[in-house]
Amino acid sequence: MERMALTRSALRLFSGRFTQACQVRGYADAPSMSLTFAAPSQVLYNNISVKQIDVPSFSGSFGILPAHVPTLAVLKPGVVTVFENDGSTKKFFVSSGTVTINEDSTVQLLAEEAVPVDTLDISAAKELLAQSQSQLASASSEVAKAEAEISIEVSEALVKACE
Amino acid sequence: SQQVRGMATLKMISIRLKSVKNIQKITQSMKMVSAAKYTKAERELKLARPYGIGAQEFYKKAEVKDEEGEKGQLIIAVSSDRGLCGAVHSSIGRIVKTDIAANPNTKVVIVGDKVRNILQRLYAKNIAMVVTEVGRKPAVFGDAALVAQSIISSGIEFSKGKILFNAFRTVVSFRTTEMPLYSQDAVANASKLPVYDSLDSDVIQSYTEFSLASLLFYSMKENATSEQSSRMTAMDNASKNAGEMIDKLTMTFNRTRQAVITRELIEIISGAAALETKN
Repeated sequence: MERMALTRSALRLFSGRFTQACQVRGYADAPSMSLTFAAPSQVLYNNISVKQIDVPSFSGSFGILPAHVPTLAVLKPGVVTVFENDGSTKKFFVSSGTVTINEDSTVQLLAEEAVPVDTLDISAAKELLAQSQSQLASASSEVAKAEAEISIEVSEALVKACE
Repeated sequence: SQQVRGMATLKMISIRLKSVKNIQKITQSMKMVSAAKYTKAERELKLARPYGIGAQEFYKKAEVKDEEGEKGQLIIAVSSDRGLCGAVHSSIGRIVKTDIAANPNTKVVIVGDKVRNILQRLYAKNIAMVVTEVGRKPAVFGDAALVAQSIISSGIEFSKGKILFNAFRTVVSFRTTEMPLYSQDAVANASKLPVYDSLDSDVIQSYTEFSLASLLFYSMKENATSEQSSRMTAMDNASKNAGEMIDKLTMTFNRTRQAVITRELIEIISGAAALETKN
């Protein structure tokens, strides 16, 4: 990889046509991807070019880089990490949603609720977890049980995100 | 008796004048309320637009097309419970009517009472579901999720689907638009679906269910903004019309009043003149 970079930077000193003829494309040079990360009541990224996105999904957590194979996935409660082009990283907690990666490297991350991780309060999260667990214990119908289990899943992820 | 008539007409005019003035006050206050609701709705719509547009991207990029099947058409007509908002509800009703006429095997899910009233008379058997208590408060995602859940659990099957709503353009204009809805089979048979890696029917089902809620939410937000801005315009026009009526009625009132006074004077003077000549 370093040799390729060295060759490219050396070539940049020569004429444009020469550079075009000899330029070798490595993965670091792939077209960047355009991220739209939104929730119903807020926009976090709208067609912004980013370097990498890590998403928690039911089919496993994975990182999305430019030229990732197109896919659809359902989000699990957890933390989404966005690595921006200028090197900074931002973390957001998402409750649920979907992620779409298209052929042209556009990514749509639609979350039902998304909040920056540093706005989370760990004591409130632990309280929510305790509440959901008691809800499960007292749940009678299948629907109530399922709702309580979902609540537990989200609160556990919330507590994990705060730590 | 002419004099009596003059007085009676005067009273009638003044009653009418009072009632038109009241109506003007009411329409003006409705305009103020709609203006406030419109500002809020437009702000929320701006935040919801990337979400709504993002939710449609997959279907465009994967080139999903309507199923070839015979399961009929599903139309979700988005409106609300409240009227006095211009052409917002009637434009949706009109398009649903032409669609049903063109394709009788159509089921309609109506969000809001107003369109239900329009369709009830002739197309009651095409109405699959009606959602009420819509429009009083701004829509949240939970509302759309509830509607989506009801549609899914009712087991409605369709080959071709669309959401009909009024897309907000500017304060004075909106456009009745349709967003396509695709069944799970349509997605599974999309031409570009093989490009998408590791998809099983579970993922596709969850994805289509979530995107139904997302698209519904977006259409509800757009429709709410169009409705509030349309109501603002309608009430503003009503106030202006009421103002014109008040001007005309005031003119008529003054003229009638002066005519009554003149008649009284003439009678008094002619009576006095008759007495003088007698003497």
